[in-house]
Amino acid sequence: MSSTYSYLLSDSAALVGRHMTHLRRTPQKIIAVTLMPIMFVVVFGYLFGSSMQVPQGDYHEYIMAGIFAQMMLSSVINTGVGVAEDLNNGLVERFRSLPMAQISVLIGRTLSDLVLNAISCVAMLPVGFLIGWRLHAGPFEVLAGFLLLLLLGYAMAWLGVLIGLALRHPQAVNSVAMVIVMPLAFLSATFYPLNNLPGWLRTVAEWNPVTTVVTAMRELWGNPTGMGDDPAFPLRYPVSCSLILIAVLLVVVVPLTNRAYRRATAQ
Amino acid sequence: MDIAISAEGLRKRYGDNEVLKGVGLSVEAGTVYGVLGPNGAGKTTMVRMLATLLQPDAGSARVAGYDVVTQAHEVRQRIGLTGQYAALDGELTGRENLVLLGTLMHLGRKQARIRAEELLERFGLTDAADRPVQTYSGGMRRRLDLGASLIASPPVVFLDEPTTGLDLVSRTALWDMVREQVAAGVTILLTTQYLEEADQLAHRIAVIDQGKLAAEGTPDELKSAVGGERLEITVRTPEMARAALAPLSSVGSAAPVIDDTGLRVSAALETGFAGVSKAAAELQLSSVEVLDFVVRRPSMDEVFLELTGHRGLSRPDGSNAPDEAAHDVGELEVTQR
Repeated sequence: MSSTYSYLLSDSAALVGRHMTHLRRTPQKIIAVTLMPIMFVVVFGYLFGSSMQVPQGDYHEYIMAGIFAQMMLSSVINTGVGVAEDLNNGLVERFRSLPMAQISVLIGRTLSDLVLNAISCVAMLPVGFLIGWRLHAGPFEVLAGFLLLLLLGYAMAWLGVLIGLALRHPQAVNSVAMVIVMPLAFLSATFYPLNNLPGWLRTVAEWNPVTTVVTAMRELWGNPTGMGDDPAFPLRYPVSCSLILIAVLLVVVVPLTNRAYRRATAQ
Repeated sequence: MDIAISAEGLRKRYGDNEVLKGVGLSVEAGTVYGVLGPNGAGKTTMVRMLATLLQPDAGSARVAGYDVVTQAHEVRQRIGLTGQYAALDGELTGRENLVLLGTLMHLGRKQARIRAEELLERFGLTDAADRPVQTYSGGMRRRLDLGASLIASPPVVFLDEPTTGLDLVSRTALWDMVREQVAAGVTILLTTQYLEEADQLAHRIAVIDQGKLAAEGTPDELKSAVGGERLEITVRTPEMARAALAPLSSVGSAAPVIDDTGLRVSAALETGFAGVSKAAAELQLSSVEVLDFVVRRPSMDEVFLELTGHRGLSRPDGSNAPDEAAHDVGELEVTQR
């Protein structure tokens, strides 16, 4: 086995190279992942934004952390569909017959999607600044906020791979990923402050892990968090709770994905 | 005698469906071994086991000297696999596909590039090397796919229905490439639905049907097992074919049969030249108009029919069935005029 793992880095690098070539050849993929968030900024920032009240803050400063988080959540779909397509064209089968570290197929995929996520976040920065989003924190905190964001994206990529391997059909992956992502994004503090939700719904939204992560980002960036005086436990320590949540997600999803990969190709 | 691939009692079950019911084989190094059978016979399942992609429920196999279950990594270093569907990245160019696979086979970046160049040249893809594979024709993809499985010069190559869906020109080109590899000492295990393909390429053939080995041997042995020479005539109309049954019955004890086209009648030839001349004389007296009159060895199609009891082989299209020799196709055209 040691001979397999000695090639882990070079195999992963070769596969990241493969995905980067895709990106170079079809830069439209970057447009595909940034167009929706830009729409969201316009719809939420301008249309809904006029009637949104954020406690102690401006909605335009509030919304951007949510938009960034939504981008990371949506990347589940992108990753899952790509994985399902690879399975269907037999490429994964060929990789399986090679003397390579098999997990590098998954590492290569998730790292490439991390790069795509980073590129699309950079592309969103000017859009945010244009609608009046500002950062009110030191460079260290700002950077930490973006790292947390990308960490969320990386965990979502693994989730996407898992869904892609489990469902195997691009269409099915698309629908199922939507069903998972939509409630996570919309039943949370991603797009609106939770103070006007009815009691039980507010509790659900406050305990939604996505709320924890966006609140952590807002706190790190010095943007309004929109939280009242007595929020749920994770929202009192959002940064540490986010790190724990994402770590737990990765610890659960990575082995499951690895197993799904073996299963998907050994049928 | 050096054995490159050996398997014993391979079994695989999916739910209630037992796909492989204990298949064994032994392939001498530097030869082509044909695995012949209809869709669903278990060919692909067997290849995937030998290529370490699938674990058998029972039985064992060794490829290039290593056990496919316990030494999968060693096996993977020594095999090339071309599946039924060209397993290539459509967005990458032909060259990029080969270099990627060469890198993943740990040839080293420089060596992977050199090898990719060689293979592109050999497979006539140099001009298309820098085009994305999704712009390639079916034949070009298969050629690249075969090239990809040869990137690390493996001693054993598995080809799972390499020519299914290819036109005649591409198929012939692929056959030449297979022969070239064998001449260079590579051992090839090839599955096919086409009898002619097995007949043309394979040194030995295993016929598998419904998960079991129905027969095994050289193409000649299989043909002999089924029976000796046959007298075959071609006529103008199906009525004439029926009328020819009686005259032909004199050549042997088995009843003459009319084939799929309804225009060809054949019978096993047991009585030698006397039988042939008697049949010819009787045909001349009858009203049957004979377009073609030949004595030939049984075709692989007849071998398969005899061994499995059913005509399970698909054909790419009706008029160009690969299990018919070229002269037969010529006669068909005559009949249709």
